[in-house]
Amino acid sequence: MNPFDQLADLQLDVLKEVGNIGAGNATTALSKLLNKPVDMRVPKVRIIPFSELTESLGGEEQVVIAVFLRVVGDAPGNLFFILSLKSARKLLSNLFDTDQENEEFNEMELSALTEIGNILAGSYLSSLADFTSLKLSPTVPSLAIDMAGAIMSYGVLQFGEMGDYALLIDTTFVHHDGVNVEGHFFLIPDPPSFQRIFSALGVPFT
Amino acid sequence: MISKPLVKVGMADMQVMRGSGILKTLGLGSCVGLTMYDPWVKVAGMAHIMLPSSDISRETTVKAAKYADLAVPEMLAQLVKLGADPTRIEAKLAGGAQMFALNTKNDMMRIGPRNVEATREMLKKLSIPLVAEDTGGNYGRTIELDTETGILLVKSVNRGTKEL
Repeated sequence: MNPFDQLADLQLDVLKEVGNIGAGNATTALSKLLNKPVDMRVPKVRIIPFSELTESLGGEEQVVIAVFLRVVGDAPGNLFFILSLKSARKLLSNLFDTDQENEEFNEMELSALTEIGNILAGSYLSSLADFTSLKLSPTVPSLAIDMAGAIMSYGVLQFGEMGDYALLIDTTFVHHDGVNVEGHFFLIPDPPSFQRIFSALGVPFT
Repeated sequence: MISKPLVKVGMADMQVMRGSGILKTLGLGSCVGLTMYDPWVKVAGMAHIMLPSSDISRETTVKAAKYADLAVPEMLAQLVKLGADPTRIEAKLAGGAQMFALNTKNDMMRIGPRNVEATREMLKKLSIPLVAEDTGGNYGRTIELDTETGILLVKSVNRGTKEL
């Protein structure tokens, strides 16, 4: 059973706007950090079965870099900033002006990626908090380089109690510089948070 | 070489089989991969368990494979139906990692260790010996059970492949 069947177009549009505002600000922050233009694709609100959780990342076993932050406050949830190894390498070489090619990362680079995740998540959440007047703050970020399945499944545990579907607000940003740097923001509100987001924005929801 | 039939086990899913084949589940993080095997008749099962207890379930139809407390007895019943003898069945466990180091009071975030504990407890209750496990840590695992030999391969990104 899909517990999100009752979400109407209006509500899905509102969640899309949530992604738009949050990721829009995060993208601007990234662009400032790199001092280069970064584009954002239209956010997707995806209600997906667990089996398709990692489809946009290249499958369960695809190795990715993920910065994870728990969102605490009025509308708790999980926030991921996810990059492919190639994109992370490109991002770092833009930032530090180096020419590394390998996909091994040293301590300093990992800490830089965590900090980038932190800055972007912070701007995602603060714009979202402004927009909704909800209190939202991120926990200390944590970084993992691992299989996409192992990472994403962690973000949707709360949905397991109610069915086999999860709702993700997925925004892709792209920075083109010879090669594509592509990353994802996933905001995954805990199921009870939807009610709070909708009521904060004056959208009817039963 | 004729390749053996490969059966994929998705998240919150369970598969059982009799005869020669491979049962496989990808990208276990905090989830637990449980396998049970009767070497005599080569009857095997694998589940991708997501949560420790079905008490918290708010579903109308509860999927047994998703919860440790339901998955163990359900798999046992299915294996017996395929001809396994409960006294010969052996279990192995993998997964149950803590993917991210977080300083939070939210119990949901230490779900990995809780999944492992709950599964072990249930196995004990049903007197199924746990013969091997590779659990915990902070990394993901892909597991593969060869139903011919009962060998469980555990693969991870940085720690190579282990045989259980």
